Amino acid sequence: MSPDLLKLIFGRLSIDSLPLHEPILVGTFAMVALGGITLLAGLTYFRLWGYLWREWFTSVDHKRIGIMYMILGIVMLLRGFADALMMRAQQALAFGGSEGFLPAHHYDQVFTAHGVIMIFFVAMPLVTGLMNFVVPLQIGARDVSFPFLNNFSFWMTVGGAVLVMASLFIGEFARTGWLAYPPLSNIGYSPDVGVDYYIWGLQVAGVGTTLSGINLICTIVKLRCPGMTMMKMPVFTWTSLCTNVLIVASFPVLTVVLALLTLDRYVGTNFFTNDFGGSPMMYVNLIWIWGHPEVYILVLPAFGIFSEVTSTFSGKRLFGYTSMVYATVVITILSYLVWLHHFFTMGSGASVNSFFGITTMIISIPTGAKMFNWLFTMYRGRIRFELPMLWTIAFMLTFVLGGMTGVLLAVPPADFVLHNSLFLIAHFHNVIIGGVVFGAFAGINYWFPKAFGFKLDPFWGKLSFWFWVTGFYLAFMPLYVLGLMGVTRRLRVFDDPSLQIWFIIAGIGAFLVFLGILSMLMQFAVSFLKREQLKDVTGDPWDARTLEWATSSPPPAYNFAFTPVVHDNDAWWDMKRRGYRRPLTGFKPIHMPSNTGTGIILAGFATAMGFGLIWYIWWLAAASFIAMLAVGIGHTFNYHRDFDIPADDVVRAEDARTQLLAGAK
Amino acid sequence: MTIAVNPTQSGEPLFYLADEHPHPEGYSTSLGFWIYLMSDCLIFAILFATFGVLGSNYAAGPAPKDLFDLSLVAVNTSMLLLSSITYGFAMLTMAQNRIGQTQMWLAITGLFGLAFIGIELTEFAHMIHEGATPQRSAFLSAFFTLVGTHGLHVSCGLIWLVTLMVQVWKFGLIEANRRRLMCLSMFWHFLDVVWIGVFTFVYLLGVLR
Amino acid sequence: MSRLKILALLPLAVALSGCNYVVLAPAGDIAAQQRDLVIISTILMLLIVVPVMALTVLFAWRYRQSNTSARYEPEWDHSTSLELVIWSAPLLIIVCLGALTWMGTHLLDPYRNIGRINAERAVDQSRAPLEVDVVALDWKWLFIYPDYGIATVNELAAPVDRPINFHITASSVMNSFYIPALAGQIYAMPGMETSLHAVINHAGTYKGFSANYSGAGFSGMHFNFQGLDDKGFDAWIASAKSAGGSLGRTEYLKLEKPSQNEPVRRWGTIDSDLYRLILNMCVETGKMCQSEMMAIDAKGGLGHEGLNNTLPLAYDKYARRGTALGPEPTFVAGTCTPDAPQGAATTAAIKAPIDTAPLIGAGLKRPTFTPLKSSSFFLGQRPKSDS
Repeated sequence: MSPDLLKLIFGRLSIDSLPLHEPILVGTFAMVALGGITLLAGLTYFRLWGYLWREWFTSVDHKRIGIMYMILGIVMLLRGFADALMMRAQQALAFGGSEGFLPAHHYDQVFTAHGVIMIFFVAMPLVTGLMNFVVPLQIGARDVSFPFLNNFSFWMTVGGAVLVMASLFIGEFARTGWLAYPPLSNIGYSPDVGVDYYIWGLQVAGVGTTLSGINLICTIVKLRCPGMTMMKMPVFTWTSLCTNVLIVASFPVLTVVLALLTLDRYVGTNFFTNDFGGSPMMYVNLIWIWGHPEVYILVLPAFGIFSEVTSTFSGKRLFGYTSMVYATVVITILSYLVWLHHFFTMGSGASVNSFFGITTMIISIPTGAKMFNWLFTMYRGRIRFELPMLWTIAFMLTFVLGGMTGVLLAVPPADFVLHNSLFLIAHFHNVIIGGVVFGAFAGINYWFPKAFGFKLDPFWGKLSFWFWVTGFYLAFMPLYVLGLMGVTRRLRVFDDPSLQIWFIIAGIGAFLVFLGILSMLMQFAVSFLKREQLKDVTGDPWDARTLEWATSSPPPAYNFAFTPVVHDNDAWWDMKRRGYRRPLTGFKPIHMPSNTGTGIILAGFATAMGFGLIWYIWWLAAASFIAMLAVGIGHTFNYHRDFDIPADDVVRAEDARTQLLAGAK
Repeated sequence: MTIAVNPTQSGEPLFYLADEHPHPEGYSTSLGFWIYLMSDCLIFAILFATFGVLGSNYAAGPAPKDLFDLSLVAVNTSMLLLSSITYGFAMLTMAQNRIGQTQMWLAITGLFGLAFIGIELTEFAHMIHEGATPQRSAFLSAFFTLVGTHGLHVSCGLIWLVTLMVQVWKFGLIEANRRRLMCLSMFWHFLDVVWIGVFTFVYLLGVLR
Repeated sequence: MSRLKILALLPLAVALSGCNYVVLAPAGDIAAQQRDLVIISTILMLLIVVPVMALTVLFAWRYRQSNTSARYEPEWDHSTSLELVIWSAPLLIIVCLGALTWMGTHLLDPYRNIGRINAERAVDQSRAPLEVDVVALDWKWLFIYPDYGIATVNELAAPVDRPINFHITASSVMNSFYIPALAGQIYAMPGMETSLHAVINHAGTYKGFSANYSGAGFSGMHFNFQGLDDKGFDAWIASAKSAGGSLGRTEYLKLEKPSQNEPVRRWGTIDSDLYRLILNMCVETGKMCQSEMMAIDAKGGLGHEGLNNTLPLAYDKYARRGTALGPEPTFVAGTCTPDAPQGAATTAAIKAPIDTAPLIGAGLKRPTFTPLKSSSFFLGQRPKSDS
């Protein structure tokens, strides 16, 4: 075939794009392919495809979508963590003239991919998944406001993840660092597909995130059950509301800034170029206007989880509910006024720098207040050290350290000596692992029985907990030390042999975290095998306080047979205390949204379009775009998107629960 | 929505609604659409900010006063403003259940929108032909992107408008279609407001600069 | 203040003995003041962090489920006085820290001329500071000493106790200029200039490097910074002088091309205008300087004439490279440069702007225009290159 025709069909994709010369990648590919084939064969053998498609992929049930988000997050955690292990190994080895085992071309992709995956495809799905699962239950709703959109959002996130994963085996990923600062990320210095994978992966996933944000805001504002005023909402719902406001008010910025970078790279405009009046530093400003709120998007729901967990396991009302809510709102607003602290070293001048430094410090006031609120919730409580509470205590001890180093970095002159150093790396891992990851794990252990009807195994859970916590400290405390020695981030090789010992300690820490992840997977497996022993028949295994525990575990598709009415912020606690009797008769048909495959189809076309654009396969991009438009418009011609769950089905489900509860007594 | 959450006569508090009515379809739509519009507004805000930063970086090339034909832009602006008015008429006739007139006004709105896009494309083509391409300077990059994004939105609005006209024609002015027309109406007026910003900050102030 | 400092340093002293905590034990006054800020802020925050951590452990232990002797008040969820404390305690700390930050940031602004050599000595105004122009290249550092007419790659030296004024820029992508022992870092950005004022107080050899990832050769982008006594510095200058060689525009364009792990290089003479050209991204002959472009833009651009003053880019840092959908890369041709009037290589029909009033620009000379007679050049007729 003529090269012109080949170019027309495959764009710049060719056999050379496959990393056949990189043994690590070939090995990984073989493993992934083997695992994938086994999985696919298993699904086919057990005839699960139809089940998966009907009950999960096309499901608009917020609980199932939430669970799928969690699965996505955990799968991507494995990829992101593999990158982390490779980095730690490289940095521990590359001393005294040794080049380590990763060439620059590979190493630079690894640290970029690690950051992108951990933030966008691990932390975000875990947080979104928990919000999706819990919020409608907590507010006594039957689903989110826009169930179809919810499904679509999830599949867009998956589409972004698929693109990022594809870069591992087809072409390469960006070699620019996780925020892809120009001019380095511009076409002149990154002409390959890496940055294009980055752009389209994030754009596709970003659409999903924004829509899911709109969806959850509407859900919280419009679908609360009667009696639940704003100041009676559970704190997790409050933090979710603030997080989603942040999502809607910040992700468009990311969309625009990536679009402008795309224009620079594809048509040669001059937004972020050095020449022709472009301004690379505008990119840095814009991306952090999104990037800093993003930090709070991740951590606010974690704060909410800790609030629920602390009050449940202390057997006590949350101390200072009102100040907790106001603290959350203040953090939400302030998070827009601090973005410049990510680049004090740009030379903005002393007044600008101190303004942003001081606003950053101010955020620590509401955060500190929250910390005290948890503390005084424990005070005069009866604390049960179940797994969620263990994670919470670990969070409280770890997060204050991270917060402290964060405030330290907010002092501009201190930042001048610590910026971009391993101290900074230690700081943000300290708050993200200590806050978001511990929070997600607390949430998983807390709500797992609600989602699946059995608790998680405590032995493997504790093992995982201790591996994670010790591993975290071993991995990141040495980085604080190295930062104070003036070691900067993203270095591939080192000269000074005295540094090596610290990198080796950090590597051991990372390995312990690896054992923690394995223990967690073990925990899931063991719990599944022991599910009869760990069964939760009451629907309220922790003697908890909020509405999600009022229904069965797992909840029926319709969540609540009758819409609950709320009188107190600890609604379920109040119901238990005041002798609530579960209704046994009078069930009616329940109006619910029906499943649809449109979301996954649209997201599939979006992903194909992204792939076409990455590789300059214009026909694929155009065809996918037109297909997307057609399917989208076609979907609007479907006016019958709901159905009624017959009253008989409701009666059957509720009777089953009655028997279960009777057996429990 | 007022629901008595006080204890019932028997003295026991009410913990669930025995007799409830599901939320009507589209109960959250207008709020959701508003939030979407605000996020879209943020997209334009960033593009305006970008134009604000880069708008005077001509790279020793042409400036707004060399390029903009204000009378053409004025005609263009009036097209969009008129289309907003005619959309308003469409909504009024919809309220009176006059399906034929609604369709007519929608069609007129669409024609005005089409004229707007046409004039804008003419302007772009003229500039590019002169050599004032988006690649020539950061100012032109920001200009084409801001105005182009607005134009893209109007084009999406046009596709949506045609879709809705087909749906009204097929299914009549049913509740769902009324809601959709309402959403498009918000979208259309929103684009009008954005255009007033573009006209003022990009064209008028550009020429004055 | 100083007593506080000593107290703070006590526990650190043990740790310091083994390793080189350069950030905590620098050799330059600016870095030392920044270190003090790090320590004071940390102590201020420990005032609240330590109690919180202690209380966490204490409460977790005291109110454990098995301890039935502890009080249990499940309904207690509010206390106005306690709320006041938990909001005001962090607030007080932040007020102190904020004040410290405001002062520290202004006093240690890298753009500010330093006022003291160290805690005891003020700057001797009669002695001119050392001027150094710093250029971050792919992937090495170029240092130009304008007052001595020498230049080096990956080697920097300065006399002890003499203030140094760095002018920092980059050739292609963003880097960060950082010598931990001397002073905090600041970004090196193409087409822009940042400044850093610092002084080294102790003789010795210190590490300097880029603290912002800039591509494949980033790990090797480091240099030695030598603090020398006056005699040693003079000797160093002399040895650089004697190294011979001259760094002009052609040599620079060759040097600028990406290379990794560059050894130290020195040039005895330099083109005195080179740094200005680098900063304004117009080392290549015929390219319009940024300063000139900005001056023209401030006057309202070049009008329609300005549409024809771009030329196809013959050279850029990596290779000549265009975008997938856009036109071939170009650059803006200079109307003229002071010492290189347009040669035959960059002929373009460029007309002078009609208004020749003095340009608004920071101390810029008005460009002079010499319209060239040459074959006319049209945008549309440009041949596509193969790249």
